Amino acid sequence: MIPFTYYRAATADEALRQAGTGVRYLGGGTNLVDLMREDIERPSTLIDVTGLDTGIVEQSDGGMLIGAAARNTAVAEHRAIREQYPLLSRAIVAGASAQIRNMATVAGNILQRTRCLYFYDQNGTQCNKRIPGSGCDAIGGFTRNHAILGASDHCIATHPSDMCVALAALDAAVHVRGPNGERKIAFADIHRLPGERPDLDTNLQQGELITAIELPAVSPTARSTYRKVRDRASYAFALVSVAAVLDVEHGHVRDVRLALGGVAHKPWRAARAEALLRGSPATVDAFIKAASEELSHARPLGDNGFKIALVQRTIVAVLTQLTEDLA
Amino acid sequence: MSILVNGALAEGPEDPRVSLLDFLREHQGLTGSKKGCNQGACGACTVLANGERILSCLALAVQYEGQEIITIEGLGTADNLHPLQQAFVEHDGFQCGYCTPGQICSAVGMAAELQRGVPSHVTQALDTSSIGMTRDEVRERMSGNLCRCGAHNGIVDAILETFAEVTE
Repeated sequence: MIPFTYYRAATADEALRQAGTGVRYLGGGTNLVDLMREDIERPSTLIDVTGLDTGIVEQSDGGMLIGAAARNTAVAEHRAIREQYPLLSRAIVAGASAQIRNMATVAGNILQRTRCLYFYDQNGTQCNKRIPGSGCDAIGGFTRNHAILGASDHCIATHPSDMCVALAALDAAVHVRGPNGERKIAFADIHRLPGERPDLDTNLQQGELITAIELPAVSPTARSTYRKVRDRASYAFALVSVAAVLDVEHGHVRDVRLALGGVAHKPWRAARAEALLRGSPATVDAFIKAASEELSHARPLGDNGFKIALVQRTIVAVLTQLTEDLA
Repeated sequence: MSILVNGALAEGPEDPRVSLLDFLREHQGLTGSKKGCNQGACGACTVLANGERILSCLALAVQYEGQEIITIEGLGTADNLHPLQQAFVEHDGFQCGYCTPGQICSAVGMAAELQRGVPSHVTQALDTSSIGMTRDEVRERMSGNLCRCGAHNGIVDAILETFAEVTE
């Protein structure tokens, strides 16, 4: 780890005043500190923002506002989150270990690096995410955990977060402050597909600081959940995962929000499937057709072709579960 | 600024690169917390920060200035074992013992989480106010602490015996 200067910011203003080249904001450190130890991340200054807003507050419009420094565990255990956004609680407790969830902040979870094992293998392999233009040794390598949707010839890594898949399905908004003022970014626009610049995981500009996550109100008749499929029962990244919000009325889909994890460089919003499902009968046949349509553009690599059928089955299973016992 | 370690004030490190784990082991001589993987995958470095279990290998010590850290040395001593340490002995909750301090600190934090109703991946109903300390709950909640000797069954038995009454 190279030497760096450490500041603890008491307010967002103070953090923003310190922002500049080589400066990184520090949350729980569960990803950033690890990558610094590997010399993959080399910031000259760390600004500790864990002292900023940790509030989880119900809004007058029925939504929720979560302070960026709220710990993952605090969100998962919050009574109103569990009642109104069960998919978010489920997604958080499906991720990492309890110790890491106690450390990691919400903003830090969002800003963890999209990555694969080749990204970490500094001394043995080439990686366009580590060094732009150097090549990608994952392509043609061991690809069991890599992307099937939205990948490029430059990068096939997947975003590892569970929480973010739920936030994508919820149409969350991310409140950001930066050198040029404040803005609110739709969750779908925070993360990027790799294209020719896999070194950029997000659309945030230099110095921008996430201050809060806004959850819009969910229809009181909607049901939601999160399902993760992995190689072992606990403490493993997703092979695939599905976050879903489903609102059924008189046997038809009034509204549906579907997001997939483990399949792309960012949480993948299943817009094609959603479009097919809206207004259609809430039947297993319709779920199968929608899942098939969503994955019709999937591109399997050497070892991850199984993900296509696996994520289709998981979509169908989750939607079926959410329609159980409906009159 | 200093860090409260097992009830005693300790001066924080000058170099912000020092992890909380290295600070405890190398600066404070508290070698109970172990460096297993040093990358957040094994749980051997688990300590309690303000009562919450965390991984000291991924924590920068400077981030914990002004806060309270409890390590295995703060939970029990050779002459005065923590009840969970005694239960580990009785249930063969270890062979080599390397993961044990992390397992015990983690279980103490876990029991507090369960008592206040933090859900886990295997919790069936999210809207419940009390979650029972079942074998499945303990196995899931302790999944961040690996035991290379494979003593997990004894570990879960020791935890259940020690903390089962907490939620009943």
